[in-house]
Amino acid sequence: MSPDGLEKTAAMEAGPPVLAPGHTYASITDKISSIVLLQRTKRGWWFGFAVAFALFMVLNAAIGYLMLIGVGIWGINIPVAWGFAIVNFVWWIGIGHAGTLISAFLLLMRQAWRQSINRFAEAMTLFAVASAGMFPLLHMGRPWLFYWLMPYPDTMGTWPQFRSPLVWDVFAVSTYGTISLLFWFVGLIPDLATLRDRARNRLAQMTYGFLAMGWRGSARHWHRYEIAYLLLAGLATPLVVSVHTVVSFDFTIAVVPGWHSTIFPPYFVAGAIYSGFAMVLTLAIPLRQFYGLEDFITLRHLENMAKILLATGLIVAYGYVMETFMAFYSGSTYDRSMIMNRMTGPYAGIYWLLITCNIAIPLTTLWSAKLRRNVAALFVISLIVQMGMWLERFVIVVTSLHRDFMPSAWGMYYPTIWDWATFAGSIGLFLTLFFLFIRFLPMISIFEMRGLVHQVKEEKA
Amino acid sequence: MMRHPLYGLMAEFETIDDLLNAAQRAHAAGYRQMDAFTPFPVEGLAEAIGFHKTHVPLICLVGGLIGCMGGFFLQYWPNVIGYPLNIGGKPYNSWPSFIPITFELTVLCAGLATVFGMLALNRLPTPYHPVFNAPRFELATRNRFFLCINARDPKFDAQKTKEFLQSVKAREVSEIES
Repeated sequence: MSPDGLEKTAAMEAGPPVLAPGHTYASITDKISSIVLLQRTKRGWWFGFAVAFALFMVLNAAIGYLMLIGVGIWGINIPVAWGFAIVNFVWWIGIGHAGTLISAFLLLMRQAWRQSINRFAEAMTLFAVASAGMFPLLHMGRPWLFYWLMPYPDTMGTWPQFRSPLVWDVFAVSTYGTISLLFWFVGLIPDLATLRDRARNRLAQMTYGFLAMGWRGSARHWHRYEIAYLLLAGLATPLVVSVHTVVSFDFTIAVVPGWHSTIFPPYFVAGAIYSGFAMVLTLAIPLRQFYGLEDFITLRHLENMAKILLATGLIVAYGYVMETFMAFYSGSTYDRSMIMNRMTGPYAGIYWLLITCNIAIPLTTLWSAKLRRNVAALFVISLIVQMGMWLERFVIVVTSLHRDFMPSAWGMYYPTIWDWATFAGSIGLFLTLFFLFIRFLPMISIFEMRGLVHQVKEEKA
Repeated sequence: MMRHPLYGLMAEFETIDDLLNAAQRAHAAGYRQMDAFTPFPVEGLAEAIGFHKTHVPLICLVGGLIGCMGGFFLQYWPNVIGYPLNIGGKPYNSWPSFIPITFELTVLCAGLATVFGMLALNRLPTPYHPVFNAPRFELATRNRFFLCINARDPKFDAQKTKEFLQSVKAREVSEIES
């Protein structure tokens, strides 16, 4: 079967359609571009933006105080030196992974349902990486010396330790950020041209015109554009797997019980996709509601994403089971006491909450097709999964560190108000960027939707 | 070369099929200097106007190779030549631990080369282009399909080419100043 054949069957499968019937090239263009160009800013947008911006200001205050005093304002100490900063870093970067997966992997798989969700999922990736990247820098203690992480011939005559996963992380995350930005911007060029041609006010025409770089939809341009886009997708797919693998190396390369495990890379990648798709659902459900995009983001999209949640959730569950099994099977006293401490120790409540949020609730409810098509239930489940994944990162970081080999070195970790402020603030940064994005850029790829209309038409003919 | 006062003739079409048909007929009639403009990528259109080969994949490969070799060298040089440190007798060139960064830089350079290569081959950014003077060309990013036959084409003749375009179901044919 040709790749096109696959695409057609994907769009024609039984169940809700990927695009509501009756749309034309013009109706799609006008509908999506009007959100940016014509509609007045909704009151709900102002409200959401105000809350997000206030949280963003909390972040700025927390960072300002951190710069003034130092990382001592956080709850971190020996033995738990990693704390919230690393928990948040791993959580955010994982969330970003779903965007790349939707835009790159589903493109290679010729899945027609990706076309109405890829744009804002990519934006989500970009903003999640921005929120994530901030944490290791803040955690360094002297963030203004961040450039020491980069290999450059300095007057100190030293180099980064290239055998360290922490340095691999610098390269992995900065490459991931750059490639995500390129992918997103390349996807935006034809839509910026659409906005340029639709805009009626001079400032909008100039701005979108400048960003569109004179795109005119030439057949030669489209030809190179499509090849470049496909190549980028091919590059981004292994990249996304490598990024969370490298993040998991930050843990596995250490000898700490609970970290030193070969299950970590696949289980981190699956967990990343799990939390990422949950975030896409959390964003998609209110967006389609408030902007009336039910024709483009149909129940089909929500159900497909719920199925991916279920699949990746099962992989994550397998990871938890294997982790526990190996702790006992290995015969290592330290591994065994680590897992017993996780399940029954001082942080046991958090561990069981994580199992409830990540396994017990989603992996039972998502089997039901009825619940997968219930928008409100899906929204709640997506929030639960994200909370569960955050708790998972907390359990991995904190319970492994707080009791390692020597009982004399044991200790507890309690986050301070500044830990919480930085975490809440990073959500503020993410949402602020996202609100600006939905106001000023098309949140659904217009040209790909026109292609989808054409495809649906051909199928009918 | 003398600058032709006319850039070309722009024909507007209502459907993809009309445009594809017109492009194929124009190519068959011997026109080579032409371009089509569509609101989304149309399969087979580039081939119809006689555009087959692109160097974007090659640029991607070259970028990837530069990133791969440069990435490895970036780690090899300080560890083996520039600032060798003996840690527990481990080999200076411990290549397996250099692989992650080599991979990341391969992807980074390949991606940058692909995007900037594509933009350069497309001559973007192009702030001004004569085709934007065509009437209703703003619909090329909405729901109309355009075919432009360039005045530089040796077969171009303002009158005959116009008649040809009108004969292939063009909704309107207009002259574009250069």
